[in-house]
Amino acid sequence: MSDAFAWLYSDVVKEHFTNPKNVFDPAEGFVYNAEGMTGNIKCGDQMMFRLRIEGDVIVDARWKTYGCASAIASTSMLSEVIKGLGIKDAYNIKPDDIVKRLGGLPDNKIHCSVLGDKALRAAIDDYLEKNGRSGEFRNEGARIICSCLNISDRDIEEAVKQGARDWAGLQDRTKIGTVCGGCKESAEELLHEYVHIFAE
Amino acid sequence: MEQRFVYMDYNATTPLRPEVKAEMIADLEVYANASSMHEAGRRARSRIEQSRASVARLIGATDPERVIFTSGGSESNNTVFATMFHLGRKGPRRGIVTTKIEHPCVLNAAKWLADEGFPVTFVDVDEYGRIRLDQLEKAVGPDTLLVSVMAANNEIGTVQDMVAVSRIAKASGAFFHSDATQSVGKIHVDVNEWGVDYMTMSCHKLYGPKGIGGLYVKTGAPLEPLIRGGHQEHGFRAGTYNNQGILGFGLAADLAREELDEYIVRIGGLRARLRDGILAAVPKSRVNGHPEHVLPNTLNVSFPGAEGEAILLSMDIEGIRVSTGSACASGSLEPSHVLLATGVGPELAHGSIRFSLGRDSTEADVDYVISKIGPIIARLRKMSTVSY
Repeated sequence: MSDAFAWLYSDVVKEHFTNPKNVFDPAEGFVYNAEGMTGNIKCGDQMMFRLRIEGDVIVDARWKTYGCASAIASTSMLSEVIKGLGIKDAYNIKPDDIVKRLGGLPDNKIHCSVLGDKALRAAIDDYLEKNGRSGEFRNEGARIICSCLNISDRDIEEAVKQGARDWAGLQDRTKIGTVCGGCKESAEELLHEYVHIFAE
Repeated sequence: MEQRFVYMDYNATTPLRPEVKAEMIADLEVYANASSMHEAGRRARSRIEQSRASVARLIGATDPERVIFTSGGSESNNTVFATMFHLGRKGPRRGIVTTKIEHPCVLNAAKWLADEGFPVTFVDVDEYGRIRLDQLEKAVGPDTLLVSVMAANNEIGTVQDMVAVSRIAKASGAFFHSDATQSVGKIHVDVNEWGVDYMTMSCHKLYGPKGIGGLYVKTGAPLEPLIRGGHQEHGFRAGTYNNQGILGFGLAADLAREELDEYIVRIGGLRARLRDGILAAVPKSRVNGHPEHVLPNTLNVSFPGAEGEAILLSMDIEGIRVSTGSACASGSLEPSHVLLATGVGPELAHGSIRFSLGRDSTEADVDYVISKIGPIIARLRKMSTVSY
């Protein structure tokens, strides 16, 4: 990061916060065929993406965000990055990619941009579902957490969305960690993150 | 309107008054240890005792000896709780009763005692942030060792009915402590009227230097030193005297006492102007805290649909310094515990801003803030997923 006390965030973050790109404006009449939302106001962050997808390519995107400066900036940056991108590539964008393009974020702010990619994936899932292709990218970009049972971060995310709130609940739904148990620490870390994002 | 720099974060800290600063700088020449017996030491000591008298006068304490200098509010509060730890281990009373809206320093000291096996009760407050006296009455009893209630809240400015709280605390036979860090210099504080056994003060909230504070200890109230060592402060707080800090505290206390009546009227007027201006400029904004029993300088407002850190940084870009109860600005995941305790939902707590005025605030500052807040909130609401 540049001089942190010139501003709290990088100049790129400041630019996207003060002049955000592609904010959804109802007066604009934006035509979209996919919509996704994630986050929770109780936690202080919520994001919504609307996409126009043609031939599996994101032609244009709009968004709305309730959140802090870095949440606004990271959603704005993400909306720029995905234009012209195939939906499969967009689905695989990692929070880290956005953080890098923003010139870095303070550690406690990474969570905000984690939400951007989730809202985007929710929108792409919405598109797939509308086109009879539900769950097609389910394991795209997924990271295997439990190698004994081949359970990915996406599976943990899905389990939380289905109601898992603790380790026992996660095991009930996925059987994760029931063989060697070596994944417990990293799985619990993800569990807490997803519970915070999707359930609190 | 031309860009201005407007400081409205006086509850976080205040600037050092120029006249206090000048005297402190001149006093740096006095390097003698105030504990030394020689003439130079005695001279340094004499200024310290003058300051003690000034601080005592500000809080209505008749005996200056009852004021102990510490490094600040956190140390004063911790000294009281450490004293309770020692008393509770030896005596029959162990109960600690405090509120849900205390400063983290009291909350965490109370949690420490809870971890040590002391029964600790955090009493609720009402929607305006005033302690529920009915609950307090039920919470205290023959086992209660300490009742600790902050006189005025740092975030929402609500001032407690200290006489009523004190009466309930004293009737139970417990010691009564108040964290008056945000009250001293802003409202009339009288240790005898409030009936406190212990009262915490901090100097940097009243235009004095940082790193110095005080603890009032009523005659007969026990005290266990947090810092052991030499005989300074009658052995209650060891460590070489902070000559310049104490001098600054005394001067700031004198000035605060002389100007208090004028401060209350003038700053209270500015607060009303700011409140009315913001409510008119921003639809659906709402004021948190007590409408009447509130510090003259503190205004806490929730802006539904906009998040606090984004508001704070937008104002920062416009040269306005404020603070927020949003979790995003604090590094924790929870928004302001004070607002949540008053029943404000997390959504509104995330979107809250504290404006705290001070003696350098002007009508022009207030009008500048009012002119900027409307467009800032409108811009963030336009981007927001939350309808309000």
